[in-house]
Amino acid sequence: MPAVVTLQPPGRPVRVLVLLAHPDRGHSRVNAHLQHHLSRRFAEPTAALEVVLRDLYSLYPDFAIDVEAEQQALARADLIVWQHPLQWYSMPALMKLWLDEVLTHGWAYGHGGHALAGKDLWLVLSTGGSEAAYQPQGYNRHFFDAFLSPYEQTAALCGLRFLPPLVLHGAHAIDAATLEAHAEVYAQRLASWPDWPEIADLPDCPACDTPAQDRPSARGSQP
Amino acid sequence: MTSNWLTHSLVFFAAAVVAVPLARALGLGAIIGYLGAGIAIGPSGLALVSDPDTTLHFAEFGVVLMLFLVGLELEPRRLWALRRPIFGAGTAQLVACACALGAVAVLAGVPWRWAVVAALGLALSSTAVALQVMGERNLLPTRSGQSGFAILLFQDVAAIPILALLPLLGRKGDASGNPWMDAAEALGVVAAIVLVGRLLLRHGLRWVASSRTPEVFTAASLGLVVGIAVLMQAVGLSMALDAFLGKVLLAESEYKRELETDVEPFKGLLLGLFFMAVGMSIDFAALRQHPWIVAALLLGFMGLKTLVLALLARALELPAQERPVWVLLLAQGGEFAFVVFQQATQAGVFRDEIGSVLTGTVALSMLLTPLLLVALDRWVAPRLAATKAAAALEPEHLLNEPQDAPVILCGYGRYGQIVGRLLYASGHKVTILEHDADQVAVVRRFGFRAFYGDATRLDLLRTAGAEQARVIVVAVDDVDQSLKIVDLAQAHFPQAQLVVRARNVQHHYALRERGVVHIERETFESALASGRSVLALMGHEPHHAWQLAMRFRRFNQAIVERTWPHRQDSQKLVALAKQGSRQLEEFFSQERAERARARSGANWEPGEAPRER
Repeated sequence: MPAVVTLQPPGRPVRVLVLLAHPDRGHSRVNAHLQHHLSRRFAEPTAALEVVLRDLYSLYPDFAIDVEAEQQALARADLIVWQHPLQWYSMPALMKLWLDEVLTHGWAYGHGGHALAGKDLWLVLSTGGSEAAYQPQGYNRHFFDAFLSPYEQTAALCGLRFLPPLVLHGAHAIDAATLEAHAEVYAQRLASWPDWPEIADLPDCPACDTPAQDRPSARGSQP
Repeated sequence: MTSNWLTHSLVFFAAAVVAVPLARALGLGAIIGYLGAGIAIGPSGLALVSDPDTTLHFAEFGVVLMLFLVGLELEPRRLWALRRPIFGAGTAQLVACACALGAVAVLAGVPWRWAVVAALGLALSSTAVALQVMGERNLLPTRSGQSGFAILLFQDVAAIPILALLPLLGRKGDASGNPWMDAAEALGVVAAIVLVGRLLLRHGLRWVASSRTPEVFTAASLGLVVGIAVLMQAVGLSMALDAFLGKVLLAESEYKRELETDVEPFKGLLLGLFFMAVGMSIDFAALRQHPWIVAALLLGFMGLKTLVLALLARALELPAQERPVWVLLLAQGGEFAFVVFQQATQAGVFRDEIGSVLTGTVALSMLLTPLLLVALDRWVAPRLAATKAAAALEPEHLLNEPQDAPVILCGYGRYGQIVGRLLYASGHKVTILEHDADQVAVVRRFGFRAFYGDATRLDLLRTAGAEQARVIVVAVDDVDQSLKIVDLAQAHFPQAQLVVRARNVQHHYALRERGVVHIERETFESALASGRSVLALMGHEPHHAWQLAMRFRRFNQAIVERTWPHRQDSQKLVALAKQGSRQLEEFFSQERAERARARSGANWEPGEAPRER
């Protein structure tokens, strides 16, 4: 499968950018299936919808991210989707590097950084652990939402509206029918965006104006 | 006088500028161009320059500089390692050739004195032509190149006793005094130069270098070579020995590289002048008077030497493919023969006429050699390589059974081996085609299933399984062959993906024009890695060095991708390349500025202009 697939839209489309990050797609069940499903589903121009799939590990096998190309793709999109398996309660390494390098100060955040403001961010995650594992009594000791706060705050700092994530738990043990149903939900949600019932209930994106003294200093550290 | 000197220079330069590119365009090589230019402007041609002897004498210095440069490469330790080829092969070549030539001459009824001088003179070979050719063809590091060099070196040294011998043979022999005394004097000077040189030279050069004026250093290096040459001539030794001494003195000095770059351009020009002088000195009038004698002499001496050298090559166990060039290069006459025959004429060994016939014959042989080389390359070498390789091959090295590996690897040299080993290690089946039989034998010893075969042959690719192959890797050295394989594969095996090694950017362009996607310029990635090492050594964080290299890589690849459609339009190409490097510089300096700002924390000040990307 090519690393970038643009699915053709008729007219002025709603533009969706799906960033896929799976370090070992050869052994992926869920994410590879979702990727296939999307590219099949949106291969035909059914709606005024342009879906661009960017498979980061295929695009940048040597971790040399083309920042300019990524920023252009982001700037074009109305809805940004991050699709990846949860690894060590966070994103795969290349996805994190993507954040570090692409979401630059003055572009994505900070003074003059409004390129992403007003767009939507949607997480599509899979976890190995079951839903029961993400309970205070489970071996992960926290509700799943607790692991999402870095994502939420990243979105907030960039002025992105954080949509309720689509999460598939217990991805290793899932049967084919459930996976198929999950993929269908994923595709339908993409197709119906932004007409989601829950969007009306979402609060506005919080304004994050960092006070000057809290901003990264001489050490060059970033949020 | 001045204007004369200027006109002469003009004639020489103009002749070279016209003749050499012309000869190159005809596929004949620079040496023939120079020789042709010499004939054209010499007394036998347009007679624009009347005094070839002076020019020859002056231009011999080019040969000296060449020997000097070659010699610089030869550290005493390597020279010591070469002692067997120098004295073994060298003696064998000279004695065998001279004896054969002399015997035939005496049998043909030539007086023995003439026969001895002619045989010794004709047994010598042209160091200038041979080293130039071997350098051009990159033969010096090969076994035949090494032994050829050793023999030539021995000849250069042997020319000295030969020259010393001439007065003994001549009728005016007594005039020059006691030859044994001369020899002793010569040895004394050599010893003195080595001793004094070793002691003083380095300090002297250090002192000159400390003046930090490059042209003075150049002057000192040239002056050094000239100085030793003058001393050598004063005691009647060959200028070539000067070069030999110079290098013995300097090969280990820390100024070796500097000397090399300083002397190099002078060498090229003077060597060209030397070849022109050889062309000029061919006395066509003398040759025209005895055309049959000259022809017989030319054929006879080159034929005889070829025979002796072929036997010698076998005795030295030189690789079969390298033998024809080796034999031919040593079979020609050499520039020392001019000196020998000139001295012999002066010493009264034989008449002027015989001297010029012999000299002319040698010059003709030097003219003929590059032509013969062209013929050899075109007709003999490919056939020889093919038959010889086929004969040397084990039957199982030949590709007879159809293969079915999904990957075919064409060319298993330095590049293909890395590709192949990675694939093997990762558990993939690969069919290897290699056109060098020796290489096949070597890699088979390491357990790789390599087959001997020319991957530009359609039937062979078929047998290798190209019709089912998923990937064909083209890793051959030769650009033309590479493109030929690509064309064949695209025409007949469209299902196979092509992964191609590009020798250079032009090759890359040609491949892109054919629609090939997976191209690697062979030196690009490794050079980037070296660049990264330098950046890291210059204080960049290793990861930042990697980032810079990766950015450069992407940028460069984008430029190449942008430029290949204009590969025919060199102006546009240059403009695009310039624009590209300007953009890269801007990009990098912007990046530097940002890093500096990030370090100072200034980018967070309110009112700061937002960063545009």
